[in-house]
Amino acid sequence: MKAHWRHFDHEADMGVRGYGATLAEAFEQAALALTAVAVDPASVEPVDQVDLVCEGPDTELLLVDWLNALIYEMSTRRALFSRFKVVIEGGHLRASAWGQKVDIEKHQPAVEIKGATYTELKVEQRADGWMAQCVVDV
Amino acid sequence: MDVKSLKRRSEFEWVLEPRGEMRVPGVLFASETLIRDMDDKVIEQVSHVAALPGIQKASYAMPDAHWGYGFPIGGVAAFDPAEGGVISAGGVGFDISCGVRTVCTGLTRESVEPFKKDLADGLYRKVPVGMGRGGKVHLGRQEMDAMLTGGAEWAIRSGYGKTEDLARIEEHGNMKGADAGVVSSHAKERQKNEMGTLGSGNHYLEVQEVVAVYDPVIAEAYGIAEGDIVVSIHCGSRGLGHQIGTEYLKSMAISAAQHGIKLPDRQLACAPIDSPVGQSYLGAMRAAMNCAMANRQIITHLVREVFADLLPRAGLEVLYDVSHNTCKVEEHVLDGRPRRLFVHRKGATRAFGPGHPDIPEDLREVGQPVLIGGTMGSASYVLAGTGESMRHAFGSAVHGAGRAMSRKQALKRWRGRQVMDELAERGVLIRSPSQRGVAEEAPGAYKDVSVVVEVAHRAGLARKVAKLEPIVCVKG
Repeated sequence: MKAHWRHFDHEADMGVRGYGATLAEAFEQAALALTAVAVDPASVEPVDQVDLVCEGPDTELLLVDWLNALIYEMSTRRALFSRFKVVIEGGHLRASAWGQKVDIEKHQPAVEIKGATYTELKVEQRADGWMAQCVVDV
Repeated sequence: MDVKSLKRRSEFEWVLEPRGEMRVPGVLFASETLIRDMDDKVIEQVSHVAALPGIQKASYAMPDAHWGYGFPIGGVAAFDPAEGGVISAGGVGFDISCGVRTVCTGLTRESVEPFKKDLADGLYRKVPVGMGRGGKVHLGRQEMDAMLTGGAEWAIRSGYGKTEDLARIEEHGNMKGADAGVVSSHAKERQKNEMGTLGSGNHYLEVQEVVAVYDPVIAEAYGIAEGDIVVSIHCGSRGLGHQIGTEYLKSMAISAAQHGIKLPDRQLACAPIDSPVGQSYLGAMRAAMNCAMANRQIITHLVREVFADLLPRAGLEVLYDVSHNTCKVEEHVLDGRPRRLFVHRKGATRAFGPGHPDIPEDLREVGQPVLIGGTMGSASYVLAGTGESMRHAFGSAVHGAGRAMSRKQALKRWRGRQVMDELAERGVLIRSPSQRGVAEEAPGAYKDVSVVVEVAHRAGLARKVAKLEPIVCVKG
């Protein structure tokens, strides 16, 4: 499966979904979908690096933890991310995210993301790869 | 929604009899049109809430109910700790104590009209909105803890406002029982530069005109008349509340099994009120409530500064400040017996009727002000709690319009510039850092708040007092 992301509808907010050949790749794509809730990821230059670690008792809770870790970094660093490298081993996730500080004039972020939720939360292995999704509250 | 599964008890009450795991019935307040338009997910979420331990009387949905997270948005549920009742991080939501504050200005439309553009620019410059813009108030560790336990009272002590403001804020601006010690360092980190900021999404700061008065007696008690200008602030506990919601959702989702709670939906994450995690959440959530009230207090102060510069004759007095994402301990009479219950309101406004001791003394006779936020460019309403509302759904009413279409759909249909131009033609000035944000929040993307308010009024959830229309809207 070619890695890609998309948004799906939720009445009040926005669903983020990532597809990839591996679980890690699907998580990277879900993170891109997260950035795209606020801005066009192509407008974000991947210049500053942030390293993250997450844990979850299962892959679904791990996805929410991963997205929430990014939301925390976006909020406290006032940054946006457009490139991700994820490694998942036995319930542990290690990742690097690359991005830049928000430039309000240039990026015009549409919303600030409050948190990733368990609503419509699914992480599935399919015949041709992985899919990871949930709704984020904005 | 297919109404076949519901029993119509009155013109505005639809009952879902207990089935499956439900411990109590579901009760939805709506007109036939509203109920048919409601998402099927609302019924599902109402029934899930009805299955939680210790729930009392019924799982309620307000006329503006829509698909939320675990709880429907517009959901009300009360729990008794003596019966194993729970507290739910999902039931309060991410934006803890999000609410509306309306401030009277003592000015009329006529006198404000020549200053409208300056007001719009002044407010937009002064009050930080949207992602990436922090506030001017930065909190160190000690100040942070003082804010989390002191709420709006702390803000006033710190120079943002006057003591008289407190009488017109729920809980006198200070939620007791807050515990700054159980608020994580991450939550505090997320908040340290966020005080006095509005946020984004459906949050706004509006200058509004009172365009209609439906109940002159109550309107007079509230200090508003037709043609008056008021300012309304819609925002919540910012990054701190979001982080507390995120963290407790996870710990409650994981600990539910240990407490013998079978969650029909993980987003309903909850814990027994009397458990250590339940008590810890309660302390953290109350700290977030203080943060939200302090935040709206600081914004009020900034608004006062803008008015003092442009219209020094203005006297900005708080009409009321009420939250719509909370869990509060309240006494309610069930089967003739007073009971101490933990009432969750997720996208629902407290609406206490006349005589209730928690209403400011000078308004007690007429009932609590219920502030219903519209959407950018549409009307807002002031309602009043009624005696009937106390009997219906633990003294609760609607909170706003709710979306009619998703952000994605809205983005396909509108451009931000076009929305701003159309509103400007109608006399509403929009200020926002994001064109896309404006398009996603286009008035047409929301349900008609007037319909929801009319149904709330006719169903007896709250009484219509006045209608407000914006002339300036600052949007995140």
